[in-house]
Amino acid sequence: MKVAFFPGCVSKGACPELYVSTQAIAEPLGLELNELTSAPCCGAGVMSEQNRDLTDALNGLMLAMAEADGADLMTICSTCQGVLSTTNYQLQHDEARLAKANATIADQGFRYGGTTKVKHLLWMLFEDIGIDRVAAAIKRKLTGLKIAPFYGCYILRPSEELGLRERPERKGYLERLITLLGAEPVEYRGATKCCGFPMLTFNRDKALAMGGNHIIEAKEKGADLLVTPCPLCHLNLDGQQPDAARVLKQDIDVPIFHLPQLLGLAFGFEPAQLRLNHHVVPTASALEKVELKV
Amino acid sequence: MQFTIEVGRYNTENQYDPNAVPGPPFPPPWDSSPARRYQTFSVDLPEHAVVLDALIQIREYQDPSLAVRCACRSAICGSCGMWINGHANLACKSKLAEFTVDGKTRVESPPSMPIIRDLVCDMKPFWDKHLAVRPWLENKQPVPPSNQEYRVPNASMEELIQEVSCISCGACLMDCESFAVNPDFLGPQALAQAYRYVGDPRDAHTHERLGELSKPGGIWDCTHCFECVQQCPKGVAPLDQILKLRKLAVDAGYTNNPGTRHADAFAESVKHSGRLNELTLLPKSVGLFNIIGQLQTLPSAINMVRAGKLPPLIHKTIPGIERIRKIFQRVGGRFK
Repeated sequence: MKVAFFPGCVSKGACPELYVSTQAIAEPLGLELNELTSAPCCGAGVMSEQNRDLTDALNGLMLAMAEADGADLMTICSTCQGVLSTTNYQLQHDEARLAKANATIADQGFRYGGTTKVKHLLWMLFEDIGIDRVAAAIKRKLTGLKIAPFYGCYILRPSEELGLRERPERKGYLERLITLLGAEPVEYRGATKCCGFPMLTFNRDKALAMGGNHIIEAKEKGADLLVTPCPLCHLNLDGQQPDAARVLKQDIDVPIFHLPQLLGLAFGFEPAQLRLNHHVVPTASALEKVELKV
Repeated sequence: MQFTIEVGRYNTENQYDPNAVPGPPFPPPWDSSPARRYQTFSVDLPEHAVVLDALIQIREYQDPSLAVRCACRSAICGSCGMWINGHANLACKSKLAEFTVDGKTRVESPPSMPIIRDLVCDMKPFWDKHLAVRPWLENKQPVPPSNQEYRVPNASMEELIQEVSCISCGACLMDCESFAVNPDFLGPQALAQAYRYVGDPRDAHTHERLGELSKPGGIWDCTHCFECVQQCPKGVAPLDQILKLRKLAVDAGYTNNPGTRHADAFAESVKHSGRLNELTLLPKSVGLFNIIGQLQTLPSAINMVRAGKLPPLIHKTIPGIERIRKIFQRVGGRFK
């Protein structure tokens, strides 16, 4: 199936492994990725704080691009998902706001009619691609791994805008997927909590403690790795993990995988093809459990 | 209809029913909160009954030693805020049928607050924060004569309906992710109340309030996780009010903080290239002349570089960047 694909800034920046692994799994999943190369950054909720009209227009532009493509807009980032879902919901429910955004992007030859569906890859696996197709693509069961899901706030909250009222099952997709891939999901409170990234530049030590605490909780429950659909969570949980260990005064050493990397492993790709050798926290300890090396 | 309730029990005398089984310790950062003992009760109540109905029935007919705080039973007084299945909620507003998971409902005092007994937590941290934002009007002068009132446009008060709806139950603070790691954070309820007065046209201290709220522990220490929006039983949406305060504070000139620098650097990058430039965002947010701050981020930056996670040194612009810049121009405002 064809999707309008917005990779987000982080997969094109500090998390190239996310972009590479998404490209890798597209074919086995039958996804035709039509990348929206000229779509702007979603604003990550940061710009909208100070200038909502601006992010309405920029997000409206991206939604209009997908609409013109006649395809659903696919994200691979919980933050992009949350921002775009929220703006989309507001534009769809507030005619005046939609008209204002449209007046701004009309100069550039765009108009948003309000029909685009924004869907994270995680949702698409269950709702569009179909779990049977995912199961059929598995070449390597991840049996023996205990995996802690880490959703990231913006794919869960605000729940109304993210469509969780109509589809409450979205709260459990990661656990179901982990089981499908042959691994065991770890149940822990931190799964739906905040990684701390939004606060990293404002209150560094508290942001590091926030993310670190959740990893430690998962580790104490036996997790070999955490898997996240959000690269911003990944930046804090993987990129900053050594610093979080320093702040919390204890070793952590738990690898953090992006969702497409986990799928890619199960689909038979080698760790290096998924750039699992380019993490701050080495992934070897988890890969050994499925007899793989980086 | 039969419902099963697991009640988190705690008392300083260490006296428990033999059927109360010790629960696991709470995860960090709450690992120092005393572990509860969970006692299972069965209650027969109509299908529409709420959690508080069950707790009152248990206290009246099964175990009079159960401590539970409640008053109005109508989601008005805010007394019965507690954890229900691991999230803060009002016991009087939560229907048992909706909160029955795997055949039972678990209630306990939240580990994010000090515990007094059973389901009763100590609300002192909550009230300290509430009072810290001076939740009262500082009258604009001249005060109208005693037989007259301030006249304000109806619309300006309608703007505050959400904040006025707060019943001080503490559900937002109990589940606040920032408060969990930062006890000094004013928290969602106090900040929503702060907006209630900042936004009131009768208040004389708007500017001073915004200055206070811009300090550490204030509006910039929120991690933006939406837990408060999710848990608030009255639709106050504290995060939305915090974001309004951030804008008002910046507009009022309180810009010498990482939050404002972060937003400005973020927008500058998007306007320049259409995308975020991670290489320049962090140093600019910390402050280019903040040497200590820069040094603190250095070890993580080195780790990222060593792992091969360095963002591209040459930051490419997206095709059609002129379109993005024109949109910035046309909308105007802070990031023009």
